[in-house]
Amino acid sequence: MSGLTIASIACSESKAPAIADGVDGNETLSEIWRALETLTDPEIPVVSLREMGILRNVRGDALQGYEVVITPTYSGCPAMEQIHDDVLATMRQLGHKASVVTQLAPAWTTDWMTAEAHEKLRAYGIAPPLACATSATHANASESKTHVLTFAKRSVANQKIACPQCASDNTTEISHFGSTACKALYKCLACLETFDYFKPY
Amino acid sequence: MVASVHPDTAHIDYVLHLADNAVVLGQRNGEWCGHGPVLEEDIAMTNMSLDLIGQARMLYQHAATLIGDGATEDSLAYFRDAHVFRNYTLLELPHHGALVGYAIDNRDYAVTIVRNFLFSSLMLLVWERLQNSSDTQLAAIAAKSLKEVRYHVRHAGDWLVRLGDGTPESHNKAQAALDHLMPYTQEFWSATNFESNVAASGVGVDIADLRNAWEMQLQDTLSEATLQLPSTTGFITTGKQKVHSEHLTYLLEEMQSLARRHPEGVW
Repeated sequence: MSGLTIASIACSESKAPAIADGVDGNETLSEIWRALETLTDPEIPVVSLREMGILRNVRGDALQGYEVVITPTYSGCPAMEQIHDDVLATMRQLGHKASVVTQLAPAWTTDWMTAEAHEKLRAYGIAPPLACATSATHANASESKTHVLTFAKRSVANQKIACPQCASDNTTEISHFGSTACKALYKCLACLETFDYFKPY
Repeated sequence: MVASVHPDTAHIDYVLHLADNAVVLGQRNGEWCGHGPVLEEDIAMTNMSLDLIGQARMLYQHAATLIGDGATEDSLAYFRDAHVFRNYTLLELPHHGALVGYAIDNRDYAVTIVRNFLFSSLMLLVWERLQNSSDTQLAAIAAKSLKEVRYHVRHAGDWLVRLGDGTPESHNKAQAALDHLMPYTQEFWSATNFESNVAASGVGVDIADLRNAWEMQLQDTLSEATLQLPSTTGFITTGKQKVHSEHLTYLLEEMQSLARRHPEGVW
């Protein structure tokens, strides 16, 4: 162990809500969930906000207006304002008075992403996150030989991340940080394509 | 234009201290945008700046709620002057060693990396503890920030080892950066009134409690990086008590100029 003892965090039990959650036969709420289901993450336009675990809840009624609860992914995620606007626009189209509540706790985790979301990410060319974002280890593992220039230490790249193109797990991390805050940059040593990996968070 | 930031309210000062730390380092590291030593590092540094600025936004929004009185995240970030900022002096320093005369020089990535390691490994401990803050919103912000700072520590730690245990030149630069920056970390441990107050009330952490754990992390990584821990004596900086080096005003001028020239501008 070279350094950082990083306490693991407990995986949250809370998954992305199902469309029917909390609707209780309420037609209007069902309609709202269905309409919001068409909204996707602006940076990953194949996955719905619900599947990402960003859309947490819809509550209220026609009289008082509705509250749509969303939770940010990364603190600085620039997509959040777009998401906020998209939700309001959808609610306006439905003719509902609505507000968006941004809720920080419990903190969003990639563990909330649904199995469908994982498959959609993979099909889109992004390797889905491994399970719970806990121990970002800093351990000394034996370094395997590779001619790929990496900007990440080999030891942390030793998790097997399957290439979304060819499914080989002979891949290596090029950089901890990629095209957006939530992704790392990987390279497949089998098909030689680079790809994004959605980091566990 | 914040009419009255209640100066005696330790809770508000503490949240502003955390927010100012994040925004100042986020802005400082953002200087690498388009100028990183390699493309991957350019992207890494700006990604981490984005995290820091995101954390700062959440903290300023929270501080604005505590302050009331029309304060907003923007009024706190853009319309406060250097003499009320409460960030550690360490975080406002330019990306190069101490200079005399006209303080201009090329940025030195070793300084960036060493500073990121010294600060992010502290914040790893701070956010971990703050998850249990009696201020539930601060606890929520801590839980999110903790996830992000883990990646920051990992990045800085990897690079510290790469530079320290690299070529003679990279080793010397990393050691020089460490010798330059280490004395500024004394400020972490000299508790101010607002910090003692929030530690006692359960809002904040008792920072002195974290010192052993922080030093052990540092020593472990420095050993792997073949770097020597310099002595840390001498002047203790006072940024968190609002008395700064000459560098903060320049940083804030750049960050605040647009908002100040177009107050309440919306686009």
